[in-house]
Amino acid sequence: MDFVFILQTMRTLLAAVPMTLALFFLSIFFGGLLALLVVWMRVARNPILSNFAKGYIFVFRGSPLLIQMFLVFYGLGQFGFIRYSFLWPFLREPFVCAVLSLALCTAGYTAEIFRGGLRAVSVKEIEAARSIGMSGFLLVRRIIGPIAFRHALPAYSTEIVMMVKSTALASLVTVWEVTGVAQRLISQTYRTMEVFLCAAAIYLILNFLILQAMALLEHRLSQHRRAVPRLP
Amino acid sequence: MVHEPSAAATTVNRLSVRNIRKKFGPLEVLRGISLEAHDGDVISILGSSGSGKSTFLRCINLLEIADEGEIWVDGEHINMISKHGRNVPASSKQVDHIRSELGMVFQSFNLWSHMTILQNLIEGPVHVLKRPRAECIEEAEALLVKVGIADKRHAYPAHLSGGQQQRAAIARSLAMKPKVMLFDEPTSALDPELVGEVLRVMRALAEEGMTMLVVTHEMNFARDVSNRVVFMREGLIDCAGSPAEMFSGATSAAFRQFIGNFRG
Repeated sequence: MDFVFILQTMRTLLAAVPMTLALFFLSIFFGGLLALLVVWMRVARNPILSNFAKGYIFVFRGSPLLIQMFLVFYGLGQFGFIRYSFLWPFLREPFVCAVLSLALCTAGYTAEIFRGGLRAVSVKEIEAARSIGMSGFLLVRRIIGPIAFRHALPAYSTEIVMMVKSTALASLVTVWEVTGVAQRLISQTYRTMEVFLCAAAIYLILNFLILQAMALLEHRLSQHRRAVPRLP
Repeated sequence: MVHEPSAAATTVNRLSVRNIRKKFGPLEVLRGISLEAHDGDVISILGSSGSGKSTFLRCINLLEIADEGEIWVDGEHINMISKHGRNVPASSKQVDHIRSELGMVFQSFNLWSHMTILQNLIEGPVHVLKRPRAECIEEAEALLVKVGIADKRHAYPAHLSGGQQQRAAIARSLAMKPKVMLFDEPTSALDPELVGEVLRVMRALAEEGMTMLVVTHEMNFARDVSNRVVFMREGLIDCAGSPAEMFSGATSAAFRQFIGNFRG
């Protein structure tokens, strides 16, 4: 084992971790917001909205993320109205394209996860809220949302871990995140094994930390389902 | 319908319901029900299952929308309009307002499982009535003392027995300072040994002068606590009167048979 080389590799790869994290956090954030919109449309009574949401979810869950990313990266510029719009300075950036496609894709999955959470909310608890005069956004914000989120959390943490790994695809549209930097190192050194092992270790550590955080959140939000707390 | 002479002195009825009708598909569940509750009235609604008593209660706070009929809560008329041939409330804002004035206690408690008991109690006052939080907490704690579960204020609903949950649910309704309390079979989901503690809380409420409509199968409660008993059958009020009149046997054959089943 060449420890000096591994140490050097680690240092180079760690420098790319902020890029991986930026891709991850931005796509989870915007994907989450978009998912809320999609799930709202999906459960709407209006058939146009719900069918549009169904179509959206089908397309983004049903096709490979890599192809979606290529379409955004190579495809958007072919439309004149995008190419000559004020958005083009952003949309020609590989980073923006990567975040955009990651967010669009995770929104499809997350919308379905949230919908599962919504379906698990007891009608009786909603009725109790209505009976004291809650309705509309207040009802969603105070009762339906919090209960649904708790039900959705286990599946949602799986989606989050998937997203950490999916950021690796951004290397293929020239974003220099951990996997991209790893491939560049390999092309320079031809030492595939060491470099990819280092990269894998970094993803494992990231996911370990994220899963710990999610477990902590889940623990805090599920006090009501645990055994009676012992009084001091 | 028979009214207590003392109650007739009040000017405005706490609750007036006139000619409520409700169909579920072809099934006519309510076929024209009228009822008036004066301040401090405790009205027990009896009837076998399927007689429409729960639906009637749910129509009052608009969890079900009656096809026909009119409702006044504390003198305020609930405005209805016809939309696509169906009777619907004219204003959802008014619906929320009316509901905030009517306390509803459900058969299966329906506490919010992710909130502690104290959080359950202050949820409505803080977020619906927009009152100061500190004040609401203070009142909620007093209510919990009143229903005898002050020690459970930081527990979650799942950590309580059925009787304790139902008492918490009653306290949650009371926290809204309702003008009328509606009880939908509040003891039917409880183990027999837990029924007493809930009935005691309801009896205390009645003695304080709370206006109450109680759908129940507890004959003792109907006879001893309420000042009016209404017997529903097949979507209609079969007979009604004071407990003394009703339980003396001088009523309809159907009611005699109904209470006979309980004695049997």
